[in-house]
Amino acid sequence: MSDATGSNTSTTTGAEAAAPSPPRRVVGRRWMLYAPLALAGGACLGFYAMLRGMRSGSYDPRGVPSALLGRAAPEFEVPPVEGSNVPALAAADLRAPDRPVLVNFWASWCLPCVAEHPMLMRLARGGTPVFGINYKDRPPDARAFLERHGNPFAKLGADAPGRVAIDWGVYGVPETYLIDKEGVIRWRWAGPITPEVLDNDLRPLLRRYA
Amino acid sequence: MMLLRAVLLLALLFPATAAPAAVGDPRERLADPALEERAQAIGRELRCLVCQNQSIEDSNADLARDLRLIVRERLAAGATDAQVVRFVHDRYGDFVLLRPPVTAATALLWAAPALMLAGAVAAILIARRRRRSAGEAEAATLTEAERARLAAMESGGGDPRRS
Repeated sequence: MSDATGSNTSTTTGAEAAAPSPPRRVVGRRWMLYAPLALAGGACLGFYAMLRGMRSGSYDPRGVPSALLGRAAPEFEVPPVEGSNVPALAAADLRAPDRPVLVNFWASWCLPCVAEHPMLMRLARGGTPVFGINYKDRPPDARAFLERHGNPFAKLGADAPGRVAIDWGVYGVPETYLIDKEGVIRWRWAGPITPEVLDNDLRPLLRRYA
Repeated sequence: MMLLRAVLLLALLFPATAAPAAVGDPRERLADPALEERAQAIGRELRCLVCQNQSIEDSNADLARDLRLIVRERLAAGATDAQVVRFVHDRYGDFVLLRPPVTAATALLWAAPALMLAGAVAAILIARRRRRSAGEAEAATLTEAERARLAAMESGGGDPRRS
């Protein structure tokens, strides 16, 4: 207010001082014109960044971040997949493995699992222990899947009721967890492991926790 | 999820036959109405992680059904509402809560309405003050020359500058 009265007294002193008054008011209102434009521009940038992230896969608005990262793998008990001849997975296998291991939730009825299967095979051939949990599946279907596409799993458990998956925070198959040598979950990938995910994300992590 | 899609497709094709398996399957409900009431109240606060704009009470996704059953099992076993919510929250994180907790990460989200309201009130007050001071300034800025011009106009002579 004191500022406003000061300008008043100065403008009354002469005609030349009265002149600056109207332009000052225009400058004061100009932000009303530019603020919405700046806001729209900012929104454009934000949306652009989001869309770019969605395209490159670094941002997924539907992705559920895992609550288990940095925590020990949960306790669980699963029977083997009947007739598969693959030893059953036990929680003890994940407590202190001598190298980082992967736990993969999959099902024979899951199409993305077919897509990612070659990556699991590649990992297993490279010497990374891949453990499987067969989610809500029938043993004959699971066996047929492994016969047809190959078996990457060093150990395999069956979670027909889907309760173990819930203990892991799984919300769809396939999902893959990386467990380090201390038995701590370090990484979770929801969705199929693509060759890009394998090379850009998983391999560096396997080296880091080796 | 393929299974989900198949179920939805079936539900569309055979609405009558799919209805018993849909949300609120009577076989899922607890016998005790008070307990069932609590289960539904909890379920409405938990997000279905498959169809993410629905609560697990509203969704007919497989996972939502499993979570509804877990909520009911734990309530029947004597768990408190908070314990049941914590059980699900421990596994799925903040994302599963339709009402996110106030943390450092969500503080801005929660404060946003208040901040916007405060901003709007401030903008209105500033605009008003500016207009008022501008009005005062106008009233006070009539110079001798302007006053003479005004007097000429008022006396019916028109604008002396235009003539």
